Amino acid sequence: MLRLPRFDMVSPTTVDGVVAALQTPGARLVAGGTDILPNLKHRLDRPPVLVDLGRVAELRTIDVDGDVLRIGAGMTLTEVSEHPRVREHFPSLSQAAGLVASPLIRNMGTIGGNVNLDTRCRYVNQTDFWRSAIGGCLKSEGDVCHVVPGGKLCVAAMSSDCVPVLISLGATIVQVGPNGRRELALETFYTADGTQHTAREDGEVSTELRVPLPKGPRRATYSKWSVRGSIDFPLVSVALRIDLAQDAVSSVVQDVVAVVGVLGSRPRVVTRLDDAVGLKLSDPAFATAVATRVHAQCKPLENVPYEAPYRRQMLRVHTRRAIEALVDAG
Amino acid sequence: MVNGEVVQLAVQPHRTLLEMLRYQLDLIGSKQGCDKGDCGACTVQIDGVPRLSCITLALHAEGREITTVEGLGAAHGGCHPLQDAFDRWDAAQCGFCTPGILMSAEALLRKVGGEVTRTQVREALAGNLCRCTGYTKIIDAVVDASRPQAAETDDTSATEEAAQ
Repeated sequence: MLRLPRFDMVSPTTVDGVVAALQTPGARLVAGGTDILPNLKHRLDRPPVLVDLGRVAELRTIDVDGDVLRIGAGMTLTEVSEHPRVREHFPSLSQAAGLVASPLIRNMGTIGGNVNLDTRCRYVNQTDFWRSAIGGCLKSEGDVCHVVPGGKLCVAAMSSDCVPVLISLGATIVQVGPNGRRELALETFYTADGTQHTAREDGEVSTELRVPLPKGPRRATYSKWSVRGSIDFPLVSVALRIDLAQDAVSSVVQDVVAVVGVLGSRPRVVTRLDDAVGLKLSDPAFATAVATRVHAQCKPLENVPYEAPYRRQMLRVHTRRAIEALVDAG
Repeated sequence: MVNGEVVQLAVQPHRTLLEMLRYQLDLIGSKQGCDKGDCGACTVQIDGVPRLSCITLALHAEGREITTVEGLGAAHGGCHPLQDAFDRWDAAQCGFCTPGILMSAEALLRKVGGEVTRTQVREALAGNLCRCTGYTKIIDAVVDASRPQAAETDDTSATEEAAQ
């Protein structure tokens, strides 16, 4: 049995009410609860109060706003995955949201929670009893890293399925806090420190994600590999967005973006994909070029189960297969 | 509202819905398995949607309709067609995962509203672990329960009885 620590809870009905409630030092947000509640059961934090987002109606919308799709942070992953506008414009987001953990978790967890998902590694995602055997780590009670001996920077992995996809689609995130509203590119929201892995400022709440609608023909996909087909966090996580000259897989690629998750606490946007641009999507050389860059630039760590060298090889394999599947789908 | 009855209860903020159901309402059908959202043994329906009660705060259930396995057969004379099918197909061995699976499966049958495919069952039950059966008989039972009038006759035995 895993008991929750004691805390108070407040349930505001407006974003302003949430921001006011977050003024209590140490207050934490809870929406679906699928991330924070297991972490509290693991005694990774002891907040005096939880600020419930479940009654904030303004977080529960998805609509087209000019040339972006606005996704309220309080939409569940099931709702995002099944939403007609998401399916129409952003099939890779629908795919990724529909691959998070299990159907039960997706019925609870929200997209706002998924982009703010805490980082985890095999040493921290444990009960306090388990951790006491090795004295904790940088992200819990200790002052050492068990993944990188001697390391002073936490390398716990950001395991969100939606984040690599949203970054590949050029999404922005809206943060509302005591100093007002700010909107930042999701790519810049993450940092390389697993103990404080987002640019969230004290007292801020994420209210929406804004995804620019496609301006031309595009293919996009998400590749997730985990040991079991369900429940598990990804061990390989690659989002691809390929902009085409015409709406056919035989068309020339005008731009390609590859974003890889589960390396450290920050997703990696793969660079120097220029040698793949100009090739036809259906040309096997295109898949090879992209997969080679992904493999060269992404170096998994032993922060999640399975050997890092194997996961690195699989990055190449799954990237290539994902592109082949796009070609086969036409 | 729990299984169709209005329930008024004082609950501490850090209590989970599962703890409230099991220890305050004595509804021990929903099981405490991993207690951290992996296994699905604690699955209940909140406003008709299956969720994990071990990582749902009891306060989140306020004003909402909770259905547990104890309330599943209420509209069917005490035994839901799924429960009948699980019995006939031997879909439970130790039975620990069964209440959660029934709650996920019922939501699937309601969503589809007709005969379900094995793939649909596998996807709908992907958050409910069973360590005994290997899932085959569970899937058989859910598909069978989705067929018209599955609860009333077992086709095979009915035919055999008629022949005798």
